[in-house]
Amino acid sequence: MNKVLVIFRRELRSYFATPLAYVFIVIFLVLAAVFTFQVGGFFERGQADLQPFFRWHPWLYLVLIPAISMRLWAEERNSGSIELLMTLPITLWEAVAGKFLAAWCFAGIALMLTFPIWITVNYLGSPDNGAIVAAYVGSLLMAGGFLSIGMCLSAATRNQVVAFITAALVGFVFLLAGFPLVLDFVRGILPQAIVDAIASLSFFTHFEAISRGVIDLRDLVYFGALIGFWLAATALVLDMKKAE
Amino acid sequence: MITTKHLSKYYGDKLAVDDLTFSVAPGEVLGFLGANGAGKSTTMRMIAGFISPSQGEVSVCGHDIEHAPVAAKACMGYLPEGAPSYGEMTVSEFLDFVADVRGLSGELRRVRRGVVVDRLGLGPVIHQVIETLSKGFRRRVGLAQALIHDPQVLILDEPTDGLDPNQKHEVRRLINELSKDKLVIVSTHILEEVHEVCTRAIIIAEGRIVADESPTALEARSRYHHAVSLRFEKTDQHEAARREIASLPEVAEVESNARELRLTAVPKPGANTLAAVSAIIVKNNWDVPELHLESGRLDEVFRSLTQPPGIPVSDTAQGADA
Repeated sequence: MNKVLVIFRRELRSYFATPLAYVFIVIFLVLAAVFTFQVGGFFERGQADLQPFFRWHPWLYLVLIPAISMRLWAEERNSGSIELLMTLPITLWEAVAGKFLAAWCFAGIALMLTFPIWITVNYLGSPDNGAIVAAYVGSLLMAGGFLSIGMCLSAATRNQVVAFITAALVGFVFLLAGFPLVLDFVRGILPQAIVDAIASLSFFTHFEAISRGVIDLRDLVYFGALIGFWLAATALVLDMKKAE
Repeated sequence: MITTKHLSKYYGDKLAVDDLTFSVAPGEVLGFLGANGAGKSTTMRMIAGFISPSQGEVSVCGHDIEHAPVAAKACMGYLPEGAPSYGEMTVSEFLDFVADVRGLSGELRRVRRGVVVDRLGLGPVIHQVIETLSKGFRRRVGLAQALIHDPQVLILDEPTDGLDPNQKHEVRRLINELSKDKLVIVSTHILEEVHEVCTRAIIIAEGRIVADESPTALEARSRYHHAVSLRFEKTDQHEAARREIASLPEVAEVESNARELRLTAVPKPGANTLAAVSAIIVKNNWDVPELHLESGRLDEVFRSLTQPPGIPVSDTAQGADA
């Protein structure tokens, strides 16, 4: 059997072996509903789309995704099982990929469970379902981005709390990079090219584009490259720790 | 076959393992001894491929652990110190996971899984979650995981630590059985274990090899090698014998334990103390219910090799003299 798949299955199952998975899913669904209906004004808008739902995803992920990613390596390091994992005949990449895919799949399951809202909007009106699918894809990609960041920071510590906080912090930086507030501020001191570069690093910029229903190759490349970069960083951190 | 060449490891500026070169052949059970912090675990971790050496190389079954880590790891079974595992899994799930990673499938997988469960007595706890198991069972799960693919090379870091005497005995028996066609490296600081399971012992102190020989040869280094130890019934005889034996030309020193009425005659190098002591017992007609020839004391050899110079060995060795 493919070793990535073996690691993936063990990791995914371990989420559901503890209450963490269920607590996470419940909190995610409740918060998603609160933001959509209370804050986002889903009904008041009178429009058949899921904009009020997807608009809050970056903020939900900012707080909730680190809760999934924090344990990925920090727990292995703390319990010592990392020594077992790293002395099994697998490559570092197989371990990193298997764990990442399991965490991503778990985030995907949580996201999929928001399907009643899709049914609701279809019952109430006739939304552009293509755009909704695109937004779901964008949301999943963004979750992957947050996860890859969290995974790298989890590899750097044995303390899950530290892993959570640093992941949320770095995620925050990646979010804010696209905000007009930040961009206006840097525009005053830096040349336009750098301002554009900063804006293009932001989750917001790319997620907004996709969630409007336009899947642009550049946005896909952005998330692919981002995830690839942070996974490589994870492998690098693990390898450096190996030499310590 | 395991070969290490000039293996060294620095943690920051601190030298933990200093230029280790040795090789172990199949059929050997190598005991790796040393005080806590001497570099035992670091060395085992480098052999198992968990940490990278600062200098030098390790080859396992002909595969270099840095350049062909997957091949090298595939041919060895490793029990890390403390036998870590995934606490939230059941024993059965955990063994399945390791078997999958090790690429076992079909009939072979079923048989091997059955063998390790049977040999380590995991049957009664097979569906129990690992973190709810006792320390002894967890250690056995760790051993099962290391053995499941029937490896040629076994590396066990303190396999009997924390086990009760029965379990210790069981694990030692297992190692003895396995050692017929395999290469086993066992780290321990329990010296009796060396005698029971090892064919060879390496003692390391401050990261360096200070002895590399058979347990018997190690014992022969002891000042108690061929010492005669005897017990008396009567206090006056004990006292008289102490003086008389001390005056024998073959005897270097007599250690006395007044509470148990014991004497130990430490020989001068090469002297036949046993003959001399038995002759004097017969001559004086002492009551000696116990008399035996010591082969040497490993703990004393261990101390003399691993303690930094400056602490006289005899001081601690005579601790029983009270």
